[in-house]
Amino acid sequence: MIRIQIGKDVHEIPTPDFGGVGVAVILGAIVLIGAVLTSFYTIQQDEQGVVLRFGKEIKTVDNGLHFRAPFWIDTVEKVAVKRQMKQEFGFGTTGGSNYSQMSSRTEQEEEKSMVTGDLNAALVEWVIQYRIENPSQYLFNVRNADDTLRDASESVMREVVGDRTVDEVITFGRQDIESEAKQKLSDLAKKFEMGISIDQVQLKNVNPPQKVQSSFNEVNQAQQDREKTINVSLGEANKVVPKASGEAEQKISEAEGYALQRVNEAEGDAAKFNALFTEYQKAPEVTKRRLYLETMQKVMPQLGKKIIIDEGATGILPLLNLNENATPTLSK
Amino acid sequence: MSKVKQASGCVVGVIVIALAFVGWNSIYTVNEKEQVIITQFGKPVGEPVTEAGLKFKTPFIQVVNRFEKRVLEWDGRAVEMPTKDKTYIAVDTFARWQIVDSLKYFNRLRDERSAQSRLDDILGSETRNTIAKHELIEAIRTTKDRKPEQAEELAEADQSGTIGKLLPIRSGRTVLESEILEKSRQKLREFGIELLDVRFKRIHYNASVQERIFERMISERQQIAERFRSEGEGEAAKILGNMEKELLSITSTAYKEVQEIEGAADAKATEIYANAYNQSPEAVEFYEFIKMMELYPEMLSSDTTVILSTGSDLFKPLKGIDTPNSKPAKSQTRPAAPALRVVE
Repeated sequence: MIRIQIGKDVHEIPTPDFGGVGVAVILGAIVLIGAVLTSFYTIQQDEQGVVLRFGKEIKTVDNGLHFRAPFWIDTVEKVAVKRQMKQEFGFGTTGGSNYSQMSSRTEQEEEKSMVTGDLNAALVEWVIQYRIENPSQYLFNVRNADDTLRDASESVMREVVGDRTVDEVITFGRQDIESEAKQKLSDLAKKFEMGISIDQVQLKNVNPPQKVQSSFNEVNQAQQDREKTINVSLGEANKVVPKASGEAEQKISEAEGYALQRVNEAEGDAAKFNALFTEYQKAPEVTKRRLYLETMQKVMPQLGKKIIIDEGATGILPLLNLNENATPTLSK
Repeated sequence: MSKVKQASGCVVGVIVIALAFVGWNSIYTVNEKEQVIITQFGKPVGEPVTEAGLKFKTPFIQVVNRFEKRVLEWDGRAVEMPTKDKTYIAVDTFARWQIVDSLKYFNRLRDERSAQSRLDDILGSETRNTIAKHELIEAIRTTKDRKPEQAEELAEADQSGTIGKLLPIRSGRTVLESEILEKSRQKLREFGIELLDVRFKRIHYNASVQERIFERMISERQQIAERFRSEGEGEAAKILGNMEKELLSITSTAYKEVQEIEGAADAKATEIYANAYNQSPEAVEFYEFIKMMELYPEMLSSDTTVILSTGSDLFKPLKGIDTPNSKPAKSQTRPAAPALRVVE
């Protein structure tokens, strides 16, 4: 009964009497609906669920629709076991789904700066890929397993880089570093019982520090320069030597030609002479005279001025005008 | 009648609610992630509860204090400190710890914030101590006997003898880490904390050291670069020298061969000529004669003035034909013709 007084009037409104049974029914209905609503859950394709009863782990379930004890008697923690997750060190790709995938920009600078085993410095960027292997360990053994993994990864990478020279780190030791870091990080994850398995450790950009970079480049450049200088001089040699060889052969061939010619001519001359001489011997006087006269016959017409003087005459030579650019030749 | 009924209903309701409240207050759950200490008026009662599940306590007077059961992380800030060789470095360590004796932990520290600050103090100072006792390289390297791979070319070109070499260590990073761990672990045990692991996360040079390191690296590289360039020039000079040598060898060998060939040919020719011309004194004389005859047409030309004496064989007939040596009478008719022309 509810009494309402307005001014002097008192109104009495009768309350409906459901009785104890009515209240119980309504309460029961509410409880039932609540129970139904809280006793089903789904586990996604790439997840597993760990079921806790009053906080105690009772089982791990795979994906699908599941029933549980209502009213938070059973609670479920979902873990993405099939998802491959990634952590980046020294750099960051935005848009990652995993909160621990990258750190802030200033942290990234710190992350990549390392000291090598010859006390040089290097900037190392890398990525690890991992998976939750054991959801129960992942949830209950370690708080913030992903953060611990980040720290472990940094520690391991520095340990591996610290055992190497700067040249190994920057140029030819990359694979070696990746495999050793993976091994060590897996061991550590196992030791820490984080329920995480490491799939991959990959080095990304590995560089000498900015200020030193140019001197590293200079070494490469000097190496190239060296090759270039060598090649240029080899080119020079290649240009000149074969040509000289060819020319040498040419000269030799010419000499051989000369030799052939010389011998052949000599043989020819000798043969001619022999033939002539044989005939000459048969009539030497006449032949000689004939040859002499034949020659004269050939020579005389060609001559310019001819002066014939008596053998008795002497002293006329100075009288002759011999100033005509010709040298007097005396025949015997 | 209904009033009595109503009143009794109310009482029942209140009792039920009160009972429910008491019941609710006397049970609690412990999650897998936590452990619990029950306190009564601020004092711990009974053993700590580490097993997860539904638990009971005395309502109202007993209070549930929850603590982490999982392994926790301590991540220190990077702190600058000197090494034994007086190099200033920033060391950033992280550790993993666990509350193993929650009663001690509760009594000494109460909450995680004070635990973390205790860890800061203890680990910070132990790290500093350990780093100060060792040279820098001990905190960097791990494996004592690791032989680094070398870039042969660089190692060859390097004159400083430092490139491609790892500095030697006596103990190494893991030894230092476990040194810190052992020392801190004992100190933390009284707080109910078990230190599981301490590791160097980052070790950096401080800014001024870094500058020196960079300068050293630069000079190290530059000397290699110089070496490479000089090697190239040296190699080029060698090649050019060899080229010169080869050229001279080629030309002189050719010259030698040419001379030999020509000499041999000349000798052969000379021999042939000698054989022919020198076979008898007559032949010698005859050769001389023909050669002379061959020479005349070459020597004498149109601009030659010849003074011929009638005493010469050719013009003897001009003085008279009664020469006694008239053996080749026939042939004398021929030279008469040019003699006539000469007169003109």
